[in-house]
Amino acid sequence: MQRIGVFLCSGCGIGEALDVAALERAASEEKAAHRAVHPCLCSPQGVATIRAAIDDGSVDGVLIAACSPRAKVEEFSFDPLKVAVERVSLREQAVWCQPPNHEDTQLLADDLLRMGIAKLAKMSLPVPFTAEISDTVLVVGGGVAGLEAARAAAAAGHPVVLVESSPTLGGRMSGLTHLLPECPPYDVLHPNRIAELVAKVQVDERVTVYTSARIQHIAGQPGQFAVTLTTPQGEKSFMAGAIIQATGARPYDAGRLPHLGWGSSPNVITSAQLDEMLAKGSLQRPGDGALPKRVLFVQCAGSRDPQHLPYCSAECCGTTLRQVATIHQQHPDIETAVVYRDMRTPGQLERFYLAVQSQPHTMLTRGEVERVSGNGRGPLQVHLRESLLGNDITLEADLVVLAVGMVPNAADGEAVRALHDAKVRAEKGDSETQRRDAAALAEQLAHHEGTEILHLEYRQGPDMPVLKYGFPDSHFICFPYETRRTGIYAAGTVRAPMDPPQAAEDGWGAAMKAIQCIEAAKRGAAVHPRAGDLGMPDFFLQRCTQCKRCTEECPFGTLNEDVKGTPQLNPLRCRRCGICMGACPERIISFPDYGVDRISAMIKAMSVPEEFEEKPRIVALMCENDALPALDQAAAQRQQWSPWIRVIPLRCLGSMNIVWIADALSRGIDGLLLVGCKSGDDYQCHYVRGSQLAQTRLGNVQETLTRLALEPERIKVVELSHHEFSRIPQIFNEFSAEIEGLGANPMKGF
Amino acid sequence: MSAAPQQLPLLVVGAGISGITTALEAAEAGRKVVLVEREPYVGGRITRTHHYFPKMCPPSCGLEINTRRLERNTNVRVCVNAEVTAARRTDTGWSVTLRHQPAYVNELCTACGACSPVCPAEVADPFNLGLARVKAIRLAHGNAWPRRFTLDRAACPAGCRACVDACTYQAIDLDAQAHEETLEVGAVVVTTGWSPYPLEKLPELRGGLDQDVIANVHMERLASPGGPTAGKILRPSDGTAPKRVAFVQCAGSRDVNHLPYCSAVCCLASLKQAVYVKEQLPDAEVTIYYIDRRAPGRNEDVLTRVAAMEGVRLVKGKVGKIARTNGVLKLKVEDVERGVLSEAEADLVVLATGMVSNLKLQAPPFGVLLDEDGFGLPGHDLGLSVAGVARRPEDVAASVRDATGAAARAIAATGRRG
Repeated sequence: MQRIGVFLCSGCGIGEALDVAALERAASEEKAAHRAVHPCLCSPQGVATIRAAIDDGSVDGVLIAACSPRAKVEEFSFDPLKVAVERVSLREQAVWCQPPNHEDTQLLADDLLRMGIAKLAKMSLPVPFTAEISDTVLVVGGGVAGLEAARAAAAAGHPVVLVESSPTLGGRMSGLTHLLPECPPYDVLHPNRIAELVAKVQVDERVTVYTSARIQHIAGQPGQFAVTLTTPQGEKSFMAGAIIQATGARPYDAGRLPHLGWGSSPNVITSAQLDEMLAKGSLQRPGDGALPKRVLFVQCAGSRDPQHLPYCSAECCGTTLRQVATIHQQHPDIETAVVYRDMRTPGQLERFYLAVQSQPHTMLTRGEVERVSGNGRGPLQVHLRESLLGNDITLEADLVVLAVGMVPNAADGEAVRALHDAKVRAEKGDSETQRRDAAALAEQLAHHEGTEILHLEYRQGPDMPVLKYGFPDSHFICFPYETRRTGIYAAGTVRAPMDPPQAAEDGWGAAMKAIQCIEAAKRGAAVHPRAGDLGMPDFFLQRCTQCKRCTEECPFGTLNEDVKGTPQLNPLRCRRCGICMGACPERIISFPDYGVDRISAMIKAMSVPEEFEEKPRIVALMCENDALPALDQAAAQRQQWSPWIRVIPLRCLGSMNIVWIADALSRGIDGLLLVGCKSGDDYQCHYVRGSQLAQTRLGNVQETLTRLALEPERIKVVELSHHEFSRIPQIFNEFSAEIEGLGANPMKGF
Repeated sequence: MSAAPQQLPLLVVGAGISGITTALEAAEAGRKVVLVEREPYVGGRITRTHHYFPKMCPPSCGLEINTRRLERNTNVRVCVNAEVTAARRTDTGWSVTLRHQPAYVNELCTACGACSPVCPAEVADPFNLGLARVKAIRLAHGNAWPRRFTLDRAACPAGCRACVDACTYQAIDLDAQAHEETLEVGAVVVTTGWSPYPLEKLPELRGGLDQDVIANVHMERLASPGGPTAGKILRPSDGTAPKRVAFVQCAGSRDVNHLPYCSAVCCLASLKQAVYVKEQLPDAEVTIYYIDRRAPGRNEDVLTRVAAMEGVRLVKGKVGKIARTNGVLKLKVEDVERGVLSEAEADLVVLATGMVSNLKLQAPPFGVLLDEDGFGLPGHDLGLSVAGVARRPEDVAASVRDATGAAARAIAATGRRG
């Protein structure tokens, strides 16, 4: 920015602990066009002084040197298209955590101020992004989740295209005679209203339904997805603004459960098969067509089993109880038995469980089924290992129902892409070894062949990446609809194991996210987690070396590649985390208010005393989502720590560019502390892989450091959760002591 | 003349994780929203929770993003310390009356903290469920948002103005008055959440009678770094680390004499808390007495993890009675597995008390249809929906799911923007 206004607050103890006049002089040395000190900058009068300077055009960049960027956000918000704002946290990062009126505290504040001005000087204003945005919501899958999603989006006024691969709508729910109660009375079965829902969607003029249809390909980005379908009426192409994947789940393959009698006796069936029989009113033993006298249900057939599905499929207990009640309705004399490990009937489903339990001819018992034996003749033997009835006992039944779990109908986009790449390498690899290894990998991944569902034209793969256990979501507790593909939301059993009412609810939720994404695209604004951010990434492609790191590392698949490997930006897919910017060795990626040169400028703006004995210097690059709040809370408690540390908040530790480390070390800064969030399977990173990527990048530079005779210990990565504020002083002080132990950075003074 | 419904804001009642979610999802789609909360801060029950299952991560991490979304979105108006006192249907939605409690500490507060040290009055800390004492004027908790202090005015000594004198920013007004406001809104979403089933209703388990018989919600506070013990799990009676910790499942839930339904989260809460105990006190013996171990979906991971832990026993059995004999807590357990009645001792007992819908305790005046347990039912028109635990007992992930869908319903009720 050209005309920087520095607004210093002397309130909240800042004026008593620091020489604010000296800070004002420092601002003047840094060529701030406008300077002001206010005793309470966040008060209406204080904010008015800032507004006045903006309105009379004397400033286009506002530096607020007061409290944390997390405090008084509403007060210090100005039109982002008119003025750039940077916050310097004098209160939390100097005054509250350091002794007042101390030389080191003043130096710290002076550095923070100069660093803020340097960053602001390099910032620019976002350029409003406008593009033609489609209002249409594409819903993939016509089961209950997809139908409800279509209905919800249409109810909010959006055109909807609903694609279903089978000839009819309704999905797995169509085959059910009844449903579990969702409202009183809770102790009886309720009618299945799926046909009404199907009819409602079919007559909705906003919804276009294609059955027996598949996706041929989807190109583009949120607001501008170019979709082509293959339908019985031929190819259909249209634009869509957002996509809901409601492709459901399939029953776990009972063929993998031979120990439960599957395959050896026709009288061992799955719960899905039983539903088919019950729907036709033709309950029978497949072996001889006779009505069974005793039906036994084996719960957790495949679920909660590390050999099969490690998770609980969440609906099977309810399904079995529904089936027991339906059998009882159709044939009151048939005996039913259920062997379960834990009966899982949350909420008011408990009342239905009690009702089924009290039915005559019904036995529900806890036990572990070891095996089911028998053939088509005579009764089946169900061997229990441990049960409430005793150990090693055998129950007889003439029909055994395996309550098989559910497997999401999601393709592993990254695996499909890896398979494709391996096949290309196996063909055209540079060396014999490379071709052989690639062929071996392709063999390993062969089962992903032809599994594509969405057929996305994304460099990172044709479907959403899946996480643990094959579900395509990314933050299933706090933000359950988030995925790693912007504008594409999963709903229903493809997202998580759930029962039909939950899947119905999920359709509405996913529709909400789809509508919201379309609205954000119209404003050129980011969606979650930096919702509303108007700054778009900028790629200075003339200097691109086609290293492809950005296209590989973007957690959201924002970038495609042309044939040469040059990144092709799809700005509406971007979440503004800056991970691409951290990955780029040529430093050609930036945002209006965030960029490699902005942070480099901050590092270059801090003073580095030449005498180490007096003042070592440490830069702490900290994640603004977890580490910075932890620091703020530690400061609010007036915890104290080393005065040598200069904190630079990052959008995500994954946006850390290695050049910052080089900049810092070459300036004689003695150590770098990188504080990110928890990585691994249970990651807490809002951008999925940030701290993990930072660690990988760092691993790559450690060797270089050793070559430069710099101790690798000068750089330390720490994982810190939002609530671990009490660790902040310890982390800072221990690292300061470690750096003191290492001695001065040998580059100091060069 | 009344405004067209799509120009009217949506009203979300209750700013726990469900209400925050409904408000934000609608606001980020361009709708105006008024979010009403009776407490002085948003976040509700999750602010008192140490970790979420199954990832064992702090709720404040997701809440950080949500408060950032709230403070940067001009479409949302957050009204804390406020309640809906009246509501009636109109042609375009609802006309509601909001009562704003007196703003003794107003938005000029900078959270500098000058007032607390000079305050002479102490009260039982409601945030820490009475496990600690705090000043009458204080920040409600470390991550409280909106970030301003709160004053328990009833606790002020007569004539005391110490905090007013200490405040440089004219942020404290001891004479502030409550006021009412009428709002026209297009649709209403009720997300009033839950309260823990009171310990006092379980005297047979020494609930409310014994300091060392706590509820699961207390355990969350003990384990939390912002809690009364700075995160140390200590027995309330003597401040020592417990060697034997017993978790009693279905304390009130699945019991026709208390709550006939399953509260859906207590198994996972106890499994999660067993991890807290073992991580902090590796030598402690933990026993969980359960009827069924209910860990649906991916939550199974927590059960798998805890079941494999050394020093943790999962016993299928119903705890019928707890007594303190010769200073020791003794549990009478019907061990269903072995078919015997047994007795066990514990230093600290955690009762996995269930969730009571706040609609059962105090329903806002919208005429929400309730089931006999006070959970809000579907079947209203789109202009009134219920989400989160006000709808059914469920965990955070499910509450967020329902709350997002509720935002879509409210938008559908009021037609399309523009």
